[in-house]
Formats: sequence, C-alpha cells, structure tokens
Amino acid sequence: MREALEGSQAIARAVALCDPDVIAAYPITPQTHIVENISKLVAEGDLHTEFVSVESEFSAASVALGAAATGARAYTATASQGVLLMAEVLFNIAGMRLPMVMTVANRAVSAPLSIWNDHADSMAVRDAGWIQLHATSNQEAVDTTIQAFRITQDTELPVMVCMDGFILTHTLEPIDLPSHEDVRAWLPPLEFDRKLDPADPKSMGMLVTPDFFPEVRHSHHSAMQKALATIEQADADFESAFGRASGGLLTVEGDPEAKIGLVAMGSTVGTMRAGMAHFQAEAGPARLINLRAYRPFPSQALRDAVRGLDHLIVIDRAISPGLGGILGSEVAAVLSSAPDAPRILNVALGLGGRDIPETLYPDLLAAVRDPDAPAFSVFDADLKKLAPEDR
Amino acid sequence: MIGDMIETRIHGRGGQGNVAAAYLLAAAAFEAGRYCQAFPAFGAERRGAPVAAFVRIDATPIHLRSQIRTPDYLVVQDDTLLLDPKITAGLKADGAMLVNSTRSGEEIGAHFDCRAFSVDATALAVAEIGRPIPNTALLAALLTLTGEFPLDALAAALKKRFHGAVLEKNMALIEHAADAAPKGLWARETVDA
Repeated sequence: MREALEGSQAIARAVALCDPDVIAAYPITPQTHIVENISKLVAEGDLHTEFVSVESEFSAASVALGAAATGARAYTATASQGVLLMAEVLFNIAGMRLPMVMTVANRAVSAPLSIWNDHADSMAVRDAGWIQLHATSNQEAVDTTIQAFRITQDTELPVMVCMDGFILTHTLEPIDLPSHEDVRAWLPPLEFDRKLDPADPKSMGMLVTPDFFPEVRHSHHSAMQKALATIEQADADFESAFGRASGGLLTVEGDPEAKIGLVAMGSTVGTMRAGMAHFQAEAGPARLINLRAYRPFPSQALRDAVRGLDHLIVIDRAISPGLGGILGSEVAAVLSSAPDAPRILNVALGLGGRDIPETLYPDLLAAVRDPDAPAFSVFDADLKKLAPEDR
Repeated sequence: MIGDMIETRIHGRGGQGNVAAAYLLAAAAFEAGRYCQAFPAFGAERRGAPVAAFVRIDATPIHLRSQIRTPDYLVVQDDTLLLDPKITAGLKADGAMLVNSTRSGEEIGAHFDCRAFSVDATALAVAEIGRPIPNTALLAALLTLTGEFPLDALAAALKKRFHGAVLEKNMALIEHAADAAPKGLWARETVDA
C-alpha cells in the first residue's frame, strides 16, 4: 500500500516484512530513526524478532555475525564511524561467507566531524567482500532491502544496502510497502547449510595457512562475480512479482545517441535526472548511468552502457586523498580495456553533505567541453575559502 | 490542473515542530493525490536554534533531491526570525510569505518587498490545544490562502499522525486557523491539462 513515509520508517517496516530472526544495532546519526522504528515495531508486537540493543557497533556486527552463523536471518544498520568500528567484523562476516543484510545510512567520516552525507563510510569497507547496492530513492531502498535478503541467501555473501543519510533517510515521500503475505511468498525461508549445530560441531573462521589462503580469496572473488547474475535475477523476479524494478546492476537513461554520459550512485542520480530534464535545451543531449551495484562491480555492463560516448563524467561522493575519486578511478580501470573508451572527467560532489543543486548539471557538461578541466577535482569546492598554500 | 512543482520552505526554531510541519504538509499533499517530498535542512538539533525544512509538491514523481533555493511559499513559525534579512532569500517574485505573528502581513510584506500574510498561530494553538505549537494552524492558513488542495487533505494527514484528544484539538485548530485566512488570496493561475 502506498503511504507517505519517512525513509527510515519505511526501511524499518521493510526489514520487518522480511521476518528477521535477530537484529542487533547501535544508534548513530543518520541511521538512528531506522533502529528507533524497529525497536518500536518490536515493542508494539508488530515484529517478532530477537532485538539486541548493544553497546557499540563492534558488538552489533558481532552479534549479527554469531546469529547468521547459527542459520538465523540477521540484520543490522549503521553509518559513518559505526561502519569503521564494525570494519574488522565486516571482513569476518564476508570472509566466513555468512548471509546477512545491513543498511548503511551513508555519512561522511571524521575528522573533521560531519554528520552529513557522503559515501566515505561504505567506500572505506569496499574491499571487505560485501555486496554493496545503492538506492536512488526510498522506494528503491525498501525494495532493495527485501531483495537483499534473497540475494544474501542465494549467494552466501553479506549484502550492504547503501542509502544516502538524511537525503533519503530523513525524507518523507510516497512509498509502496508490499504486504507481508506477498513478501513471504517471494522470499523463501533461510536455509543455511553450514550453520553451527551442536549435533554436528564445526568451527568457522579458523586459521588458514598459505596452502589454502589464495584459494579462499579466489573463491570469494569468484562468488562475487557470480553474484552479478543473482542481483540482476533478484531484481527481475521482484519486478515480476511487485511490478517495479530497482535498477538491476545499473540503468541507462537519456539520449542513446548522446556523446556525453554521466555515472552516479545513490540520490545524486535523481538530482542529475532532474537537471537533465530541466537543462536539456542549453546543456545538450546526455546519457545518465545509475550504478546500483558497486560491489560486485558490473564491469561488462558498464562497458556496454558507455558504448558510443566521447566523454564520461563520473560523480564520486567520496575521495581517496592522493589518488582522486574512488569510483572515477575504478571506472577508468574498467574502461581501459574497452575499445574507443570515453575520456573521463571525474568529479567529487556533495562531500560532507554539501548540497548538490540541479544547476550543477549544466556546469558539469560545460566542464567536459573545457580542454583545461582537470581530470579530477572536488568540483563544488570553493578554493577561495582556502589559504593559497592549501589550494 | 496545476502543472508546476510547488516548493515551500518552512522556517522556525528547534522545538516548534518544523520537520513535523514539513511532513504534515507533504502528507496532506499525498492525501490529495499529489507526489510529495519533505525533508529537514539537516543540522545539529538544538532547541531554539533557527531551523528550516523543505516541501516539494508536484503532479508527477519528484526526482530532485537538493535543498529548496527558490521557494514559491515561505512559512515562518517564529517572527523573531524576521530579524534575519536573508529569510526571504530566493523567494520567487510571485511567491508569498506566511508568518506566525501579531504584526500585520502588510507591514511584513512592505519590509521584505513581497506578498505576506500573518496569522497569530501561537494564540490559536494555545487556545485550542493549550500549547504554543503553531505548525498545524499555519498549514491550515497556507492551504486556505493558496487553495492548492482542500483542508480535508490536511485533516486526513492529521488523522494518520494523531489520535484521541490531540487529534480532536488539532482538527478544531485547523478549522479556526482556516477561518483566519482569506480563501484563495494566493491562488495560482490554473493551467488546463
């Protein structure tokens, strides 16, 4: 049923629709409302789950890890410093190939302290071995959360659903929540073969000597690559059942004949879509690529999506100081083997919650046509605010 | 049918129900069959500090996620915020400002060189609900002034948020606040679909 809901409230209810056995979480802005709403659902008897209030994110992830190892459907949510405090456990969850779902309400990482949105938190654990899916709207965040529970049990890879903190979590908009009955019919019960069982004792996460470690890593990488098809299939199946898709691995819109393209992740996609519609006449034709799957990286789908483009603007919402944009660098690497690959203009936008107005859209397209534009820049930084030696 | 997106910026002080006002306005638009989007200007929440929230309403899905820079309407919940000369920043030339104040709308409008209307929403709220929370009264006045959608939609949104005595008091409050504003004073020209 369609309702006007705050993003966080909708995520809490979407999680409840998936019948999680164990939820462990520690509140942190801007994820707090998700945990509060889950807690309320439990207190009011609308969600029957083992809800564990822990004292830190390290414990939240650890409790979820332990629960997942026993074959329970486990969930947690965090952001920013919380992701970093979980980092060690996140690598363990993925390395042990435990199925679970986590929402990241994307937020910048200290210092300086910022409670506002960017992607530095989930990017910091991009190599942990989790699937990372980004949502452009709260509807996609809800639908992706439901899909994530199916993807994680099909792949035995943990899934992170990334949604822009505040921009999505604190926005009220029309959201369609499927019925509990329909979600139960779509999402089969979790049956985890390797679960801890007192009748059949086993150990997990034990010492692996050099004799077998590369093989473990190879199999993890291989599982991630196979997950590309699982992610696409889950979205296609969801669309068959519920009448809407969330973007598969990536989506392409705009003018297929355009010579300029843009790649973005998360809520920035919506703003660029609005900019493209609003400034079409003055900015000229363009193609917009919404990268939903960040891990596994949809290399081949991206090569297909950029075919025919002369220029590609890659919008990053996080940077690797000393290198530049993270997504931009990865896109450049993936396209390096593509014939007639477009020239890449990599920009960071919206770091630490800097608002991204749609008026940046024509500025970005103008920058592409400027031969002197740097290959990477923090595009919306006002260098006049810095001392000359810091520019 | 009105085609263009309506953007409203709500100014208030922390604790006055600013985000609640934005969510209620958007929820009322939803009840009226519109697409909507409401969000706070994200800051560290402190009681009494100036805060803002944003509402977009449209006949079609809303993709834009940026803050509202050129609002059609301003709602100011606390008239001490009028001391900030930038409060009307970006207000459209044909836009209008609704202020919770005992000062007249003419006086405020003349000062800021824009269309303005005032309603003593705090007094109305104190009389009806016994608390100085001006937000629902202001929304009722805004809907009456603009005629964008009927007061019933706000009532429907209130029914989903409140229950019992609080709901009843707010229902009475929006009726009184609607009576305090001239109907359709700020009505936009309608475009035939």
